Amino acid sequence: MEYILIIISAVFVNNILLSQFLGICPFLGVSNKVSTAVGMSGAVCFVMAVATMLTYLLHYFILVPLGITFMQTVSFIVVIASVVQMVEIILKKISPSLYQALGIFLPLITTNCAVLGVAILVVSKEFSFGGEAHMLNLVESVWYAVSTALGFGLAMTLFAGLREQLELSSVPKDFRGVPIALVTAGILAMAFMGFAGLV
Amino acid sequence: MSRLSIITKGIIKENPTFVLLLGMCPTLGTTTSAINGMGMGLATTAVLFLSNMFISLLAGLIPAKVRIPAYIVIIASFVTLVQLVMQAYMSSLYETLGLFIPLIVVNCIVLGRAEAFASKNGVLDSGLDGIGMGLGFTCSLTLLGLVREILGSGSAFGYKFIDGDGILIFVLAPGAFIALGYLIVLFNKFRSKVLK
Repeated sequence: MEYILIIISAVFVNNILLSQFLGICPFLGVSNKVSTAVGMSGAVCFVMAVATMLTYLLHYFILVPLGITFMQTVSFIVVIASVVQMVEIILKKISPSLYQALGIFLPLITTNCAVLGVAILVVSKEFSFGGEAHMLNLVESVWYAVSTALGFGLAMTLFAGLREQLELSSVPKDFRGVPIALVTAGILAMAFMGFAGLV
Repeated sequence: MSRLSIITKGIIKENPTFVLLLGMCPTLGTTTSAINGMGMGLATTAVLFLSNMFISLLAGLIPAKVRIPAYIVIIASFVTLVQLVMQAYMSSLYETLGLFIPLIVVNCIVLGRAEAFASKNGVLDSGLDGIGMGLGFTCSLTLLGLVREILGSGSAFGYKFIDGDGILIFVLAPGAFIALGYLIVLFNKFRSKVLK
């Protein structure tokens, strides 16, 4: 049950893009077409799950026992950068077609604050899904990361669809490009507010 | 380029938020009030200033191939420094900004200035560039925070001037997107007048 609540919470109620403002750069940057938005979301989902698992283990098995949790930011960003690099190399070897599809997005993910954000969140904040507030365990953390990435994907895809429609409509000159995209995102965020209080 | 123009270009001509559209996450996420926006801006300024100077100092020593990871580690160290200082002396602001303080590491402005300016210029100029860009970022975050605070809760810098609530939506997530969209339009109108 808790796993279902986690996914509903991360996808709809606390959507990472529309209510937590993490990962806005790719949200505005590569959301011109639905196909690129889906590709980017796929890459983020994969990296987020792997990175969260590794940083979780790093936090509880190295940083906490040694009492050096202040090294969190530095060590996490190094882990994420390495994961991205590693994923790129592995993908190139085992699945060239997937690499072709995700390739250009992978380097961008290192500086996607959603990945670092989720990695820090799961080890620093207590969550409550239905029951008592508690720190997430490893499986829940990875599940939370995957759910967050799904939420990212959902918002990206919806937004890309809206932007494809915007291309066809006549927008006032000063609003063309990013300003109208931001206003659209605001309205989309308003729609997502309807889910508030669900979990 | 004169030293003064290095500082001032970040505020209007190359404003990181309204013109270059960098660092959108903290811009939207922390500007629920003018004070929060200003605090976030100043924290970023401190990181920009320190990392720009340090990177320009080390630019000759870092091999070109590994420069991006090296820059990120340098930036992350300064972010940790700022984080610890804020935790000790400004704990209420630190609590409010929360996650966005460690996330200065992945703020594109910081890495962007390291790559575009600090790696090619002297230590003093890079420091000034960091301050200029940081001030531009601080000004725009304060402005956005102020607009959202006035509309959303009817107060400015914490001083309430109307009874009751404002238009609540402006303090919530959708208001951030909408207010920023309109501010970009207004800023670019103003900028094209000034630069003409």
